[in-house]
Amino acid sequence: MSPTQGLQFEAASVIYPGQSQPALHNVTLRVADDDVVVALGPSGCGKTTLLNLAAGFLQPSQGVVRFNGERISAPSAARGVVFQDNALLPWLNVLDNVAFGLKLQRVPKAEREQRARAVLAQVDLQDFASQHVWQLSGGMRQRVGLARALAADPQLLLMDEPFAALDAFTREQMQELLLQLWRRNGKRILLITHDIEEAVFLATHLVLMSPRPGRIVERLPLDFGRRYAAGESARSIKSDPSFIATREHVLARIFAHRGQEQ
Amino acid sequence: MEQTLLTTELDVTEAASVECASCAAGVRPLPEQRVFKPWVSSATTVGVLLLIWWAVTTAGLIQPVFLPSPQAVVGKAWTVSTTGFMDATLWQHLGASLGRMLVALLAAVVLAVPVGVAMGLSRRAHAILDPLIEFYRPIPPLAYLPLIVIWFGIGELSKVLLIYLAIFAPIAIATAAGVRHVDPARLRAAQALGATRWQSVLYVVLPNALPDILTGIRIGLGSGWSTLVAAELIAATRGLGFMVQSAAQFLVTDVVVLGIAVIAIIAFALELGLRWLQRRLTPWKSMAS
Repeated sequence: MSPTQGLQFEAASVIYPGQSQPALHNVTLRVADDDVVVALGPSGCGKTTLLNLAAGFLQPSQGVVRFNGERISAPSAARGVVFQDNALLPWLNVLDNVAFGLKLQRVPKAEREQRARAVLAQVDLQDFASQHVWQLSGGMRQRVGLARALAADPQLLLMDEPFAALDAFTREQMQELLLQLWRRNGKRILLITHDIEEAVFLATHLVLMSPRPGRIVERLPLDFGRRYAAGESARSIKSDPSFIATREHVLARIFAHRGQEQ
Repeated sequence: MEQTLLTTELDVTEAASVECASCAAGVRPLPEQRVFKPWVSSATTVGVLLLIWWAVTTAGLIQPVFLPSPQAVVGKAWTVSTTGFMDATLWQHLGASLGRMLVALLAAVVLAVPVGVAMGLSRRAHAILDPLIEFYRPIPPLAYLPLIVIWFGIGELSKVLLIYLAIFAPIAIATAAGVRHVDPARLRAAQALGATRWQSVLYVVLPNALPDILTGIRIGLGSGWSTLVAAELIAATRGLGFMVQSAAQFLVTDVVVLGIAVIAIIAFALELGLRWLQRRLTPWKSMAS
């Protein structure tokens, strides 16, 4: 794969008007191949700003963000976004929500419904196609949000704390579902979260961030997500001493940075 | 002594068995668990009022010229429906009024929704149009009625225009508010799926504003209907407002009361119909979490 493929932050900084500290300071980061890059940090560390740059909702004040070598200037269907509160359209049923991106691309109705049904089956919602989204549980709605992003067949999936609003059991199910979909579709993913265990479990590259100014303080290559995708059970991975050690290390690093600030 | 004891015992068992039978027959709801039915209370209010009306008029406490009895009004309703009042039956009066309302409503929806969308999307459009709407909106229609007659004459146009103006402002204002308050996450979701600006407006902003547009129509219909009597002051020959006006001039009080009752019933039916339409078209508004 050529070095220009994928998402590339080059010394990107964001300064919001009226703020003394940059929300994001001098971030260089690459999301390529089949990476799952997880940005982890407390609130105010700039991880949402990072995602908004990648989506094209926001422009950097300094530096540049590229996708496949081209400067990102606006949102694009090539970079799908999954939102924390799913942001589904309540006036459409489940199938039409999933097919919405294809409708915007003027894919004929029969084809887009067929493709949407195929993606719904991947997230195990094939029996709910004609339901209203407001009739579904939070976890099911988030699966619809994931299916909507996948149906448009993006080259990169951007996930904004996608499981933060779910209960613990549903959250674990969704993490496993995400890794299964990742193994099947091979999408590159940039996911932001403040959940340490989620970050360690999913990431192939874990990026620790710290606030004031928002910046990257540590990068860890990890393989727990790959091990799950290769067939190992989630319980065996999460009880593995190396998983626990990594989790504790990340926790210690986050508290170390918090301590420095005070 | 032994005997009384026996009978008492028997009574107790009998009572217990009765109790059990009622248990098996069905669970009796506790008083506070009973479902509150608001329409029962509302119907009671209306019924009590009708009863008082009937009592004071039938007892002759009030002369019919001030307040005719309910049975006289019902009788008049039959005469006016069949032989008519002022050269038109009740149905023709009603049809004339509803026709004006319908034309005014259609014109208002067709114009006010795009105006509201423009005001909601563009701060410049809002700055241009807002003073105009806010200038005329609080003026009572009777105050600018003479001006409309001077400009547009005494024909059908002036009547419809007056009702139209009363409906236009609430729809435009509600639409603008609905468009402005679109959920930014939904807009971003559409953009991230590749929506153009117009696709965002068509597929996200407009459906998102639909509950507010329907509320605007509901409020507009209310104020339009209450402007009707004023509109039909202008040299009308038919219409509920005209019927009430001319009956008042000849002190035909039963027709006045009849006209008021019909106007009220139609307003109530319109309100219920629009609420039903709101539940039908925007179910997520009442049921979404």
